[in-house]
Amino acid sequence: MSEAPILDESQVLELADPLPLDGGQSLSGVRIAYETHGTLNAAKDNAVLICHALTGDHHVVSNHPRTGKPGWWVRMVGPGKPIDTDRFHVICANVIGSCMGSTGPASPAPDGKPWGMRFPVITIRDMVRGHVALLDALGIARLHAVVGGSMGGMQALSLAADFPERTAAALVIASTARHSAQNIAFHEVGRQAIMADPDWHEGDYYAVGETGGKGPEKGLAVARMAAHITYLSEEGLTTKFGRRLQDREAKTFGFDADFQIESYLRYQGLSFTGRFDANSYLYITRAMDYFDLAEEHGGRLANAFARSKARFCLVSFDTDWLYPTAESRNVVHALNAAGLPVSFVELSAPFGHDSFLLDVPALDRVVEGFL
Amino acid sequence: MKARLRPDLAVIADSVTPGASLLDVGCGDGALMAALRDEKGCDARGMELDPANVAACVAKGLSVIQGDADKDLAFYPDKSVDYAILSQTLQTTMRPDKVLEELLRIGAKAFVSFPNFAHWRGRLSLLWNGRMPVTRLLPVPWYETPNIHHLTINDFRALLSERAITVDGQWFLSGGSRCSASAANFRAEHAVFLLSRG
Repeated sequence: MSEAPILDESQVLELADPLPLDGGQSLSGVRIAYETHGTLNAAKDNAVLICHALTGDHHVVSNHPRTGKPGWWVRMVGPGKPIDTDRFHVICANVIGSCMGSTGPASPAPDGKPWGMRFPVITIRDMVRGHVALLDALGIARLHAVVGGSMGGMQALSLAADFPERTAAALVIASTARHSAQNIAFHEVGRQAIMADPDWHEGDYYAVGETGGKGPEKGLAVARMAAHITYLSEEGLTTKFGRRLQDREAKTFGFDADFQIESYLRYQGLSFTGRFDANSYLYITRAMDYFDLAEEHGGRLANAFARSKARFCLVSFDTDWLYPTAESRNVVHALNAAGLPVSFVELSAPFGHDSFLLDVPALDRVVEGFL
Repeated sequence: MKARLRPDLAVIADSVTPGASLLDVGCGDGALMAALRDEKGCDARGMELDPANVAACVAKGLSVIQGDADKDLAFYPDKSVDYAILSQTLQTTMRPDKVLEELLRIGAKAFVSFPNFAHWRGRLSLLWNGRMPVTRLLPVPWYETPNIHHLTINDFRALLSERAITVDGQWFLSGGSRCSASAANFRAEHAVFLLSRG
């Protein structure tokens, strides 16, 4: 197994045609940033599309350009790894609405200024339309599989449901077919934190940034802190932090980060502002909240898969309370009702929702086996 | 196929029509499903409680759902497969009668195999020792066995007749050999029934 860093430059596709959106508008001059690994075979049937999560990007194995950290799924993707780049041509594209190279609210609008809040509200299906446009440009008619965790799983479900001829299989990890009231609630807290920050300026903070302002960093950090709690399990938090104090012997009777968990969350919030655009956070969380695959198909989830012939595999984690096992089972029952071949397993892992990104050997076996 | 499979599974594998669709409830590590897929071209789906077994099945390329026969069969449509299969699992369910009804709702036919509690070795063990048998057939002591509803072949026959379920085939196994239907309740270690709703 080669562990040498993969240095492929990410690529950018500029779409020739406007991208139609669920909101009724269409978006012209869309750019989609992506990276590929492994060789596309002559039959062009060994492509695996990996869909990233809310704050993820297309740097699935290459180093992140801003943080320098390794790609977000290096443990899963690479030569000899469960998503084996010796077998598969792996494609990972940045979703539209994001800020990592694909067109989003920080990108220039036709008037040359950043879109800001003039950017149209997008949906998960719109993100998938972007992916399909990329597949068209790459000449890939049908994927070997589409794979995604969390919001990536929503894209995988949406692609399998809405573009059934485009994939032979879908692997959906720690995800859901619709956002629950609780999911929407946590996102709304994050959005309100951003929009309550005086540096947000109704989303028009980019120019201010050039003259010294930094955008709604405080609000974005709070949004990230709130969301980060939902990615971890109570058990994981207790094990990792408990009530331990941060670099001190006693409580200070003040509002410093006395507890390790406070210090950790503040660090998570702060480091996030250096790599993510606040408006992108608003738009992508909105897209997730709007996601309800059943609603898009007459209220019955099984109908969403009526035209699909794909194989499906769903994986949930027992400590994930963001998208609990019941959400995966809901999808499984719909796929059963549609008569499609589906596998499902709830894996035991201590890390909560984030388990899909972490060291869970059982997940590796399922992913490798399914593909 | 027989050499690799447990004897009751080999009986089922031999009797399934090539190309049939089937749901294996309590499919374990997927040995039967894999054999039927590879050697008879069957469209095999499975349900299994143990996540490690589900992962083993997925690794074989099988479509298996982690689920509980007592709760999760309700989500399968009526007559969605040619065969619903329940091997060595009936006696571990909360309500074997309801599971049996579900099998016959989902499958056009159902294979059911189970260990026969009235096998002579078990009877003797209970008679002489006055304790729950721990035998070759039932190797686990009462307090940790997954078998919560022990049954005999005659018990099962009585349930079938009470529910007006048709027997389309029956096989009785003792070690490596077969025994007759009349002697089965005493001599058979395992029974395999092929059932339908007439």
